[in-house]
Amino acid sequence: MDNKAENPAILQKQAKPPGKITRMFLTLYDVCQFVTRFFKEGFLPPYEGKELMRQCYDIGYRSLALISLTGFITGIVFTKQSRPSLAEFGATSWLPSLVGIALLRTLAPLLTSLIAAGKVGSSIGAELGSMRVTEQIDAMEVSATNPFKFLVTTRVLASTITIPILTFYTAMVGMLGALLNVSLFEDTSARAFFQASLEQITFLDITASTVKAIIFGFTIGIVGCYQGYNSSKGTEGVGKAANSAVVIGMFLIFIEEVISVQFFGLFRS
Amino acid sequence: MEQKKPTNMDKEKVIEINGLYKSFGTYDVLKGVDLDLYKGENLVVLGKSGTGKSVLIKIIVGLLTPDQGAVKVLGQMVDEISYKELLALRLKVGFSFQNSALYDSMTVRQNLEFPLVRNQRNLTKGEVNNAVERVLDAVGLLQTINQMPSELSGGQRKRVGIARTLILQPEVMLYDEPTAGLDPITCLEINNLINEVQERFHTSSIVITHDLTCAKAVGNRVAMLLDGKFERQGTFDEVFNTNDERVKPFYDYNFIQ
Repeated sequence: MDNKAENPAILQKQAKPPGKITRMFLTLYDVCQFVTRFFKEGFLPPYEGKELMRQCYDIGYRSLALISLTGFITGIVFTKQSRPSLAEFGATSWLPSLVGIALLRTLAPLLTSLIAAGKVGSSIGAELGSMRVTEQIDAMEVSATNPFKFLVTTRVLASTITIPILTFYTAMVGMLGALLNVSLFEDTSARAFFQASLEQITFLDITASTVKAIIFGFTIGIVGCYQGYNSSKGTEGVGKAANSAVVIGMFLIFIEEVISVQFFGLFRS
Repeated sequence: MEQKKPTNMDKEKVIEINGLYKSFGTYDVLKGVDLDLYKGENLVVLGKSGTGKSVLIKIIVGLLTPDQGAVKVLGQMVDEISYKELLALRLKVGFSFQNSALYDSMTVRQNLEFPLVRNQRNLTKGEVNNAVERVLDAVGLLQTINQMPSELSGGQRKRVGIARTLILQPEVMLYDEPTAGLDPITCLEINNLINEVQERFHTSSIVITHDLTCAKAVGNRVAMLLDGKFERQGTFDEVFNTNDERVKPFYDYNFIQ
């Protein structure tokens, strides 16, 4: 065994380290395995119901203030900016439906997800990252508990469930902001405003928005968990995990938005 | 300080390690390690920092995979069993981490309940409470039950970490640097605790350390990791009764300086 030339462990070690492209594919493979593991373990008992509820509360309730403010301001600003253009064509009566469609189809899912990617994604990345570097995840492993189920599936499921709910909440708050702006310039009742807004919204709009929000929520959860769960190199690794969770999460959300617009556009034409 | 006597070992092996190799990048850590742990004994693994002591016990519980070699724990080959079987095996092997690795978002009670309720789902609330209080009492920290880990001292954290492993009533205990970073009085308390655990819970243990006071106090047998291999094994005196320049400084630093 002492003969180094015959030891496969040593021969393997002497091989060249993988290049950039190989590393990229290895990471991609790793991510695929991570996602597959989520689907394999997420829906099988035993269930971590209590932890799932806690995560839903953390992600949902604690994001409400920021999302409310952003949604409300977006409603006001979007309405204010759209009015002059519509007024040029004498089409200000279209303002409620324009705001309704814009908020529901794109603004609400995108804004909610971007805010959540920043707030929730970074917090998941940092929390799991610090648990990894302080060996808390290893401690779960050695106490015969499946840390993936307790830490990852609950967080991914929670963000997948919560982001769609927050999306419709953002749309509703945005409409209230729009109503406030409209009522400053026109003598329009809230009932008439909402009626005009909702008139143009179709079942497809609601479906598309829900599907997008589910995909965005899943992306935020899985990216945050992957980065945190696989972090290394001490405190530096924790910082990197939190940062990557936000940057990669936002990047993927934009790509998914472009793809989903194209996809649901096929059903509209 | 008196040296601990070897156990009346019935030679039943609970851990068998043969020809174990592990390297990280270009750094060879373990270079053909052979080691046995017998039922009921405390085996102390000594060695300089970075010689692969912690790597060895992480391989034993399946946290790391070896490059080559065989590890048999309680009759099962660790790298050949399924994940489900590995989880079942880990129920019988307690692991006390160097930094305690307590879940910092949970109280002491929740830290102890966590492995128990997930592995014995049929337990009533009362039974869980009793088990938590019993092991906390065994490590002398019942009063900290509702405290957060951040409110505990280093020694208390180590004790809670040990209590968390004991709650699953393991057959084998693995201690990673149990006295590292502690004052001498607390070190003595931890040494006594390790001996108490051996007697009260009838465990077989591997204690990783570079603290010779701890080694002498708790080890029925000592194995010294030198250049990636166990070159010296035996009682404390047998291991240190040598002129080997790799071993002597260890003893001299701990007991002469």
